[in-house]
Amino acid sequence: MAAIETHALRKVYPAPPAPKRRRRAGASGAPAGQGGPSFGANGGSASQVGAAGNPRGEIVALKALDLEIRDGEFFGLLGPNGAGKTTTIGILTTRVRPTSGKALIGGADVATQAVQVRQRIGVVPQRPNPDRSLNVIENLLFHAAYFGIPTSKSRPRALALLEQLGIADKASAKVDEMSGGQQQRLMIARALIHEPQVIFLDEPTVGLDPQTRLALWDILRELHAERRTIVMTTHYMDEADKLCDRIAIVDRGELLELDTPAALKERAPGGTMIEIALSGDAVQLDPIRAEPGVLRAESAGSVLRVYSDRGGRVISPVIQLVEDQGLHVANISLTEPSLETLFVARTGRKLD
Amino acid sequence: MNATAAVSSSVVSAPRGSAPSASALSVFFALLRRDVRVARKEIWFFLVRTTMQPLLFVIVFGYLLPKMRFVVGDFQSALLPGILAVSLSLSAIQSVALPMVQDFGWTKEIEDRLLAPVPTRLIAAEKIVAGMIQGLIASAFVLPVARLIMGPIAGLTLSHFGVVIGLALLGSLAFSSLGMWLGTAIAPQQIGLMFSVIIAPMIFFGCAYYPWRSLDVVPAIKYLVLVNPMVYVSEGMRGALTPSMPHMSLIVVSLALVLIAAGFWVLGMRSFFKRAIG
Repeated sequence: MAAIETHALRKVYPAPPAPKRRRRAGASGAPAGQGGPSFGANGGSASQVGAAGNPRGEIVALKALDLEIRDGEFFGLLGPNGAGKTTTIGILTTRVRPTSGKALIGGADVATQAVQVRQRIGVVPQRPNPDRSLNVIENLLFHAAYFGIPTSKSRPRALALLEQLGIADKASAKVDEMSGGQQQRLMIARALIHEPQVIFLDEPTVGLDPQTRLALWDILRELHAERRTIVMTTHYMDEADKLCDRIAIVDRGELLELDTPAALKERAPGGTMIEIALSGDAVQLDPIRAEPGVLRAESAGSVLRVYSDRGGRVISPVIQLVEDQGLHVANISLTEPSLETLFVARTGRKLD
Repeated sequence: MNATAAVSSSVVSAPRGSAPSASALSVFFALLRRDVRVARKEIWFFLVRTTMQPLLFVIVFGYLLPKMRFVVGDFQSALLPGILAVSLSLSAIQSVALPMVQDFGWTKEIEDRLLAPVPTRLIAAEKIVAGMIQGLIASAFVLPVARLIMGPIAGLTLSHFGVVIGLALLGSLAFSSLGMWLGTAIAPQQIGLMFSVIIAPMIFFGCAYYPWRSLDVVPAIKYLVLVNPMVYVSEGMRGALTPSMPHMSLIVVSLALVLIAAGFWVLGMRSFFKRAIG
């Protein structure tokens, strides 16, 4: 049985009452945009695809997602902000109700069998949200108690987890005395205290310093070695590439690609991607395409993308061609074939 | 700070498998234990926050003014049950509404409880029960202190103590549920408004400082205040603690409180659910 399955999973948020809210926010002096569509769904990351095409202004966060994640798999959901990653995690962790479609965790339906689903999962949220009224170890002991585990059993386990995560010295500290990275590790300990089969991590390394980030990778590899199913969202390509067995690339609520990192990289358009930011957006592509060494050339706004099988050697003739058209070059970057170039080729935009 | 070395051994040493199935009741009590633990840590802040207002009122209207002979007669007898009702209601509302506003509004701290393997309603129900307990504690604290400040009170009897307990339970349920509704329905920026627009009028028109019957002098207000749930707690307490004072029939009071509690319960649950599940 698959650890996680989704069938035509769809989530549409109702249109935010924009004019009304603006008036209210203005009256009370509060910043506009507070109190988004729903807590847990992280309104900010829902893509506003529907806003233009949808007369009711609804926000389509997920269009029709089909996924099958295997038992013991390390699965990555890769996509930019607004791709629908957090909404997907929200639905799979029973915190967001799908508009239509089905999602199963170990065969239990997230909408109708939420209790069974919660029994099986551990969640590491995007931003640490420890119980600040409790100290560090109490956070773990109470979380275990919410899963029916008596303190006699959970205490040794909590201490071991804190030890292994390198925050044992903080056991009786207040949560507020911990750094962001330490709080994130506490969140990992909390997600593991009740021995879940499936672990969800929503952008776990955002805001972490490089050292803590690498430490977290090691922890995740350990968990993977124990054949736990791990679902992680990220918008860091290297993170997905290094850790995941398979990666789903999502954008604007749709699944674009799904495969192993190696297979995805093979699928990336050939050659080095040269991205050239121009002073204007009316660049003629034909002369550039005719240049030897250029595999593909395309433009999006004032950005020109050239795929080259001669690495950076085509840069100087391409710049010449561009300047012949009366345009100036503002910036140039090179990217070897990678998940990144595949992503750009599929979505027309960069990840971060 | 080097966690890399620390995780060289297995992160999870125990055998693999889902957590043992927890009974809903044991989870409920774990949630309740958490709230009791937190409340105990800040018991004095809690008591000051919820009983300061009623106790100040007792000092001025139950002690100073009678001593100055600005108020005479049965005023203290009318006041004591009302003070009890105010502290009960105020603390039950606040004990639920304030954490809810905070948790759902910005800290999102409640997420760890929303992941507990029990129906979401049970998590809301636990919060309401925790609010009831805090309401009962606040009123149990205020009653003897108020009696001490005011001195002997004509007609005060504890012979219907069972009724007092019953009313306190019903009243705290109603106001704790109201707290759940307000705390999940009000935007965090408007929490100040909740006090000035909802709670303050509720206290002043809650028949806490005068019996409902004496509003005969202004019939319009007399009937308007019937929408105020606090009226029934005050009048009920009056009937149970100082039965010689004019008061509403205890049957009417109990019936009203049951209906009010049921209404706020439904509204509170619905609103909590809306915030908890996107």
